[in-house]
Amino acid sequence: MSRPTPLRDIHESLGATLTDFAGWLMPLRYGSESAEHNAVRERAGLFDLSHMGEIFVTGPQAGQALDHALVGHLSALAVGRARYTMIVNEQGGVLDDLIVYRLGDEEFMVVANASNYPMVAARLTERASGFGASVEDRSDQYALIAVQGPKAQEILATLTDADLEGLKYYAGLPGTVAGAEALIARTGYTGEDGFELFVANADAAPLWHALTKAGEPYGLLPAGLSSRDTLRLEAGMPLYGNELNASLTPFDAGLGRVVKFDKPGDFVGRAALEPVKDVPPRRRLVGLVATGRRVPRHGFPVTKDGVVVGEVTSGAPSQTLGKPIAMAYVDTGIEEGLAVDIRGSQEAVDLVELPFYRRNK
Amino acid sequence: MSTIPDDLSYTKEHEWVAGLDDGLTVTVGITAYAAEALGDVVFVQLPEVGTTVEAGDSIGEVESTKSVSEIYAPVGGEVVEVNQAVVDKPDLVNSEPYGEGWMFRVRLEGDPEDLLSAEEYTALTSGDN
Repeated sequence: MSRPTPLRDIHESLGATLTDFAGWLMPLRYGSESAEHNAVRERAGLFDLSHMGEIFVTGPQAGQALDHALVGHLSALAVGRARYTMIVNEQGGVLDDLIVYRLGDEEFMVVANASNYPMVAARLTERASGFGASVEDRSDQYALIAVQGPKAQEILATLTDADLEGLKYYAGLPGTVAGAEALIARTGYTGEDGFELFVANADAAPLWHALTKAGEPYGLLPAGLSSRDTLRLEAGMPLYGNELNASLTPFDAGLGRVVKFDKPGDFVGRAALEPVKDVPPRRRLVGLVATGRRVPRHGFPVTKDGVVVGEVTSGAPSQTLGKPIAMAYVDTGIEEGLAVDIRGSQEAVDLVELPFYRRNK
Repeated sequence: MSTIPDDLSYTKEHEWVAGLDDGLTVTVGITAYAAEALGDVVFVQLPEVGTTVEAGDSIGEVESTKSVSEIYAPVGGEVVEVNQAVVDKPDLVNSEPYGEGWMFRVRLEGDPEDLLSAEEYTALTSGDN
């Protein structure tokens, strides 16, 4: 039985197709996922992301505890800023990718993926022992609503006095939105400008309604997980379970820049990651653009002259490019003459560097 | 929930079959129920005209943003026409599954078996959702 979010009744009244995602009952799409995708690229989309986990780390040594527990240098993060980072195991394998917000000198919020946050909370608790810090999983108390797209700021500005103009990408500040206390963060997973609003469960439905109304003149649409997936894919953003997993290090995923070896103290995974940081990985994460119309999907083999040289991690038809696109791990050094084995047929693809799409700033 | 035309026959694989009455050539498409379940259709691959098919053969595919489904021959016979419009504009499957979104026509050989009435298909699709 999937867990509903506080917005389940709204999704049903909007006629959403609901799906189980990581144990949660989530909207897959409300109408046409292509229309939802395009709304976010051209105007704005409204997402329920209440399945994400919110884990609070507080105390005088909260920053040091996170420096030890994660690969990033979080004690150096300024209050009000956010950082993309990862938690790895002793072997350096990625356990989850995270966004950490520093809410105060002694308060951090770690946002983890729905499928992983109970494990992340448990690991953080273990790893914070010995530090003057406590770890509390407050995921059950928070809903998360995202407004994403070029019109997101204009829409949100009608509902808050917070200084949105001054809020930088990867920053977050407490504020009041439509009467509800919220953490307003300029983060997202779509490749567009936008905001993520963390609110108490009870405030979620009124906030959703207020955003829907405020967004109406701008052409905002509610958007489901299907469009979220194609948006993040075009933006070249990894999805845990697809591009990232415990058998890959951040370096394998081309995201070694998130590992901060120069931070003070030891951290879980350092011993395993330090020796591999300059070793070229056997395979690298690349983009593929299909020349035909069939879509490469997760798990399909990438081939060259009939020999398997890689594997697709995510694939979908791209609205923006008008062609099927995919992310794939492909043997380092092989860049030409690639195909994807789509149900036994070798469909030609071109290798491109990620991302497929970058917004005009 | 979409309506299910009562003058068509159906399969368990969510295809519809029209024109059985004269026993010569039938038209085949996928149901609105199937189109809704798939989401936005982005690619349709149809069999070649002239192909001889048997009921149950996988003879094409329908691909949407999130998934891909096979198209099966609901009846045996020869494929005599395919709908190029739906190949060029796959979203016709979503917008007009029982009209412009038809897929192919088959000249029947033998009697079709195991097709469902509209009533039976309604029961099938209201049971699993």
